[in-house]
Amino acid sequence: MTTIADAPRPSSRPRSAIEANPVLRWLRQNLFSSITSSIVTLLLVALLAKLIMSFVQWGILDAVWSVPGNDTSACRAARGLGACWAVIPEKYRFILFGTYPFDQQWRPALATLLFIALFYVSCLRSFWRRELMLIWAAALVVIGLVMWGGVPGLPFVSQERWGGLPVTLILATFGLAFGFPLGILVALGRRSKLPAIHSLCVLYVELIRGVPLISLLFMASVMLPLFLPEGFSIDKLLRAQVAFVLYAGAYLAEVVRGGLQAVPRGQHEAADALGLSYWQKNRLIILPQAIRHVIPPLVNTFIAFFKDTSLVLIIGIFDLLTTAKTAIIDPAWQAFSVEVFIFVAVIYFVFCFAMSRYSRHLEAQGRRGT
Amino acid sequence: MQFSLQDDQFKGLLWQIAVVGITVAVIAWLWSNALHNLSVRRISTGFAFLGREAGMPIVDTWIAYSPKDTYLRAFIVGVVNTLRVAVIGIVLATILGTIVGIARLSSNWLLSRLAAVYVEALRDIPPLLQLLFWYVLMQGLPPARGAFNPIDGVFLSNRGLVVPSIPLDGGQFWVIAAAVAGLIVFHLLRRRLIQQQIQDGHARRIWPYGLLLVIVLPALLSWLLRVSWTVTLPQLRGFNFVGGWTFAPEYFALLIALVTYTSSFIAEIVRSGIQAVPKGQWDAALALGLRRSFVLRQIVLPQALRVIIPPMTSQYLNLTKNSSLAVAIGYQDIVSIANTTLNQTGQAIEAIALIMAVFLTISLGISLFMNWYNARIALVER
Repeated sequence: MTTIADAPRPSSRPRSAIEANPVLRWLRQNLFSSITSSIVTLLLVALLAKLIMSFVQWGILDAVWSVPGNDTSACRAARGLGACWAVIPEKYRFILFGTYPFDQQWRPALATLLFIALFYVSCLRSFWRRELMLIWAAALVVIGLVMWGGVPGLPFVSQERWGGLPVTLILATFGLAFGFPLGILVALGRRSKLPAIHSLCVLYVELIRGVPLISLLFMASVMLPLFLPEGFSIDKLLRAQVAFVLYAGAYLAEVVRGGLQAVPRGQHEAADALGLSYWQKNRLIILPQAIRHVIPPLVNTFIAFFKDTSLVLIIGIFDLLTTAKTAIIDPAWQAFSVEVFIFVAVIYFVFCFAMSRYSRHLEAQGRRGT
Repeated sequence: MQFSLQDDQFKGLLWQIAVVGITVAVIAWLWSNALHNLSVRRISTGFAFLGREAGMPIVDTWIAYSPKDTYLRAFIVGVVNTLRVAVIGIVLATILGTIVGIARLSSNWLLSRLAAVYVEALRDIPPLLQLLFWYVLMQGLPPARGAFNPIDGVFLSNRGLVVPSIPLDGGQFWVIAAAVAGLIVFHLLRRRLIQQQIQDGHARRIWPYGLLLVIVLPALLSWLLRVSWTVTLPQLRGFNFVGGWTFAPEYFALLIALVTYTSSFIAEIVRSGIQAVPKGQWDAALALGLRRSFVLRQIVLPQALRVIIPPMTSQYLNLTKNSSLAVAIGYQDIVSIANTTLNQTGQAIEAIALIMAVFLTISLGISLFMNWYNARIALVER
């Protein structure tokens, strides 16, 4: 183990040929600064070379990229030696869109694009205004319309047939759209001086955060029907959505509470002195500052939440991970789940990585004080 | 108090009455629906079912269990299974995460970049997907006959990991207990000796006490009790292994997934904790002529711990809660057993209440311990 980075020792003037050449100097400072460091570098290079070689061998050189029809004998022959990427072109429509009618699958694709556009717009600083809420409301209505249909030109598709990426995005986005206002209310309640409201909010947050999400999802899928009047039933996807809203609300409440604590007391006092009511004070003065403080942790909560939607696999809702797992039930392709999991992992990774980059960018901006 | 809407106290009271009233009304409505629905379905409420025979097979247990035992015992087995993955997972994730976090700050460019790639790749993929991936890999291992055998007596196959075992009945147990007790006494003694050294300035030799308490005395006990330390090597018989300790593939996959996923978060916490220690601390310690590894261990890490502990607590809680993903690959933790119970008996409310009670207790336990530890290492200011 080498030690912690430190400022490189200042060298006043180049003394040798190595010092004169910028590439060699960089190598020396960053890879061969001491004997231990050199040994670590050599070991890592050897390990990395071996790993990359075997992955290239498996994933590219010995891989099977396509097979005729459903005949997987070529894949079976290469099993253990090379990947069978042929499973992806065969199954990607099912993995991405589930059992949505095949000729209508441009609709979930359009919905996915709309979601991505919505996220992109929300990330732009110039859109951080009240109108953003209207954009969200409009976008969610349009997405609902595209997915459900039932208007001339768009045949109705019941949500039992929805699946794949749009379902993952719906669970995450609607969970946030409703969980965020809930979280703000709960955070305000937790900071409230009224004892009954304060304790209710603490109870809610701690109960939800103290148990695994799976138990909440079980609750939504098994217990909720018991708690509703006889003969009154809600769709499974909606029940899971309710669980997600409650779950997101509790976690977002804690993030927002952190922001509320960071607003100086003088702001409260000034707002009170102006004679603003409780709601006016929070809406106009406190919350805008509090939320600005916590945007990076909010994005991190969104990332965690996006990953958590995959848990609906356990209660049998067709999100992206469930469709991937279902796609390889097909006996011909059963043996090639690793390839499918890698494909899905890349999709999740792209979404989460984009968000985490964005959060880091915001943090850097915050440090510069813009 | 004035009874007018201009009065803040009165308004506050009205708000509270309204919110509590609505909450109570909603809960009462849900509860009456539930009672009605349960009576229609002829499901009795209450925990009487815990005394009934479970008839549920549990494959991987640490305490004796057979399907003839009661539901209560099945639940206890589930709790033990959850704890055994959570506790070992927390220890391993902390070690791995600390190593990666320190590597991320290494002056060696390649090492720090690789650590960054590790962190970024693992934390941006859902843990459930990682778990399924590891489980598929485990299932893809060769059968017992063609098991990987890296060291003598260690076998890795689709039956899981099998390692040599030491019988722990009777004498061996007492010798190990004596060594653990010796370690605790040694720790207390060491603290006293260091206190004395701080007072009078004389360095005292500590290690002979450690040797005596942890090794010599237990060895003497072992000799007196005539304990035999025969190691049982696992043997391949037919299609499976006999002897040795087996870690089932489900357990192994769950442990790997939880440890690698959580370690990526712990690495980031450790990194930012170390970076939070002012650079002057490094400079001052190095100016005293101390070695870099000594400075890291004795000066920087203890200060970094104060920043690290609170977020670490929530990672430990996350790992424990994520252990419930076990249900997806059929490792029988508390959630999986409660789920089976629910399907067998229809006691949905009770089963989910038990899951929640178990996790709330574990969460509370971890929080209490970490708060105690945090208070202990907190900066004592005059």
